[in-house]
Amino acid sequence: MGLYFVAKRFGVFLVIVWLAATLNFFLPRLSGDDPVANKLMEQASLGGYAQAGIAEMVKVYNQHFGLDKPLLTQYLNYVGNVAHGDLNYSIANYPRTVVDMIAEALPWTVGLLGMTTLVSFALGTFLGALLAWPGAPRWLQWFMPPLWALHAIPFFLLGLVLMWLLAFQFQILPIFGGHSPGAKVGLTVGFVLDVLRHAVLPSLSIVLVSVGGWALAMRGMMVTTMGEDYVTFAEAKGLRSLTIFMRYCMRNAILPQTTALALALGQILSGAVLVEVIFGYPGIGALLFQAIQENDFFVIQGVVFTVIVGLGFATFLLDILYPWLDPRITYRRS
Amino acid sequence: MSETILRVERLRVAYDHPRGVVRAVDDVSFSLRPHERFGLAGESGSGKSTMALAILRMIKRPGRIEGGEVWLGDTALSGLDTDRMRALRLAGIAMVPQGSMNSLNPVVRIRDQIGDALADHGVGLKGRALAERVRDLLAQVGLPPDVARKYPHELSGGMKQRACIAIAICLRPKVIIADEPTSALDVVVQKQVMQTLGRVQQDLGAAIILVGHDMGLMAQFVDRLGIMYAGRLVEVAPIRDIITAPRHPYTRMLIESLPSLEQRGGLRGIPGLAPLLRELPPGCAFHPRCPAATERCRSEKPAVRAMGEDATVACHLA
Ligand SMILES: Nc1ncnc2c1ncn2[C@@H]1O[C@H](COP(=O)(O)OP(=O)(O)OP(=O)(O)O)[C@@H](O)[C@H]1O
Ligand SMILES: [Mg+2]
Repeated sequence: MGLYFVAKRFGVFLVIVWLAATLNFFLPRLSGDDPVANKLMEQASLGGYAQAGIAEMVKVYNQHFGLDKPLLTQYLNYVGNVAHGDLNYSIANYPRTVVDMIAEALPWTVGLLGMTTLVSFALGTFLGALLAWPGAPRWLQWFMPPLWALHAIPFFLLGLVLMWLLAFQFQILPIFGGHSPGAKVGLTVGFVLDVLRHAVLPSLSIVLVSVGGWALAMRGMMVTTMGEDYVTFAEAKGLRSLTIFMRYCMRNAILPQTTALALALGQILSGAVLVEVIFGYPGIGALLFQAIQENDFFVIQGVVFTVIVGLGFATFLLDILYPWLDPRITYRRS
Repeated sequence: MSETILRVERLRVAYDHPRGVVRAVDDVSFSLRPHERFGLAGESGSGKSTMALAILRMIKRPGRIEGGEVWLGDTALSGLDTDRMRALRLAGIAMVPQGSMNSLNPVVRIRDQIGDALADHGVGLKGRALAERVRDLLAQVGLPPDVARKYPHELSGGMKQRACIAIAICLRPKVIIADEPTSALDVVVQKQVMQTLGRVQQDLGAAIILVGHDMGLMAQFVDRLGIMYAGRLVEVAPIRDIITAPRHPYTRMLIESLPSLEQRGGLRGIPGLAPLLRELPPGCAFHPRCPAATERCRSEKPAVRAMGEDATVACHLA
């Protein structure tokens, strides 16, 4: 029964990918500018050192796209390439491919923002649930005002303050980058610890800023849920507080939160620019920032494409997981 | 006096409102014999649900139990700590919630909602043993075995209410409190569910408190009826007596307001509005609507008087 549903949702996801690719193909052609020519002019005017590279690139570029062929053929070629995971070359870093560069940057972004989003969600949701619960310790209430305050300030401000405090004043954390410069990249204990040390500052500022929002939303949902008849009946059943809290209240109150979580996870790629630029983090946001500065059109296109695919994938996951979280949403058509 | 299973003594419950205190249950006493079916009727807002919750000590802020005692057998409930009180819910006194759409957890299968109740009362059944127990319980309330695997939204209103009854009887309680168990159901289903409730009550040998407005239903189901007005229990009497010879003017009007098949006139209501509990008149709370009110009714609150062994009334005129 579920298979048809999953296949259908996956079809929707593929359509989104296709639309994104099509947009990517036609947008530069609509603008009338030729980004490659622009870039070539720019680099040529900067001096001749890249001449050999440029000449070779033009050749590859023309072959690759068959620019002499009709638009439809070009389009079909392009879609075929995207389907094979080919997003062209970087103009500024030729002969590196866009896919390569994105593949290198993606784990950093997903690691940092994915983890911090999940951690904020878990902490905030649990805290919010406890804040609504009469049996929870009173001192928890003290967390809320500072978290609200933090929630209201832009996270980069907090990031800069933390940076100044922890990296500059006390010098207990590195100020910049995803790992120490010159560190040997690999799955060694030393490197992993190094990466974690570098992740503390950006993670801390993101988590501190977003926990309050999750907590606030969850507390509201929790209060609503606690007024439901099934919670009253659960109490009349003589259930333990813990059972009522977890299985009757939280389990239901968390449903809208999961939708928000999926959306937040889908947005981490687009939200990455600011974090990564501030903390010099080698992720997809920094890549996009750099590409915009260098006018590296194919990288920009590639990142935008990746962002859309990321969002589409998050939605797809939510769609297939939600019926499992909430049985009232069935696999069948509504 | 004869043996009692549940005794409510001078119970008082108040809700704190910004503009004064509302006494939703005001000095209510009654007792229940084993196996007895006791009805509790009265207008909306007269404090019936509050009383049901107060018996289970489940009154929440802004409400509070101001005083009085509830005895289950020899146990005074006010003396129990939270955990003993929790253990007594369902095992000693079970509640059947209003037959609303919403009394079952929407994301948990019926089997597991029964399993939760058993587990938290120390009956840790698993796998096949649990499945068997659930099947028996469902059969007792007339539900097919496949209901165990279902979620509440897959059941009809009547089936949900039966599932609630199955949960309520799973630990063989001595007292069942059913607060308008069928008010959300259509008449046919209502009748079937009430039959089921009556049958399981007999099988268990439990006493039952049936809360509701439906005097017709009360007349068919209960042995004894208590009438609440503005938080007070104004009359209690065996159902036959109360229907044929009501003592309190309010009871009389309630019964006269019942549409009967012979006289198909328009519906006869009770003149006047249900009183605001916050601004109760002095004396008898019913006097502004009472056709026979005297000077005494306007100034002096009538005490509850015993009328024989199993009847009481609170009226100067009775
Ligand atoms: N949570 C609450 N907070 C404040 N006041 C309340 C609350 N619950 C009930 N009351 C008040 O207590 C009084 C009795 O309410 P209760 O629900 O016990 O009446 P009821 O007889 O069950 O009515 P119904 O037939 O409509 O179910 C009402 O006047 C109501 O305003
Ligand atoms: Mg009620």
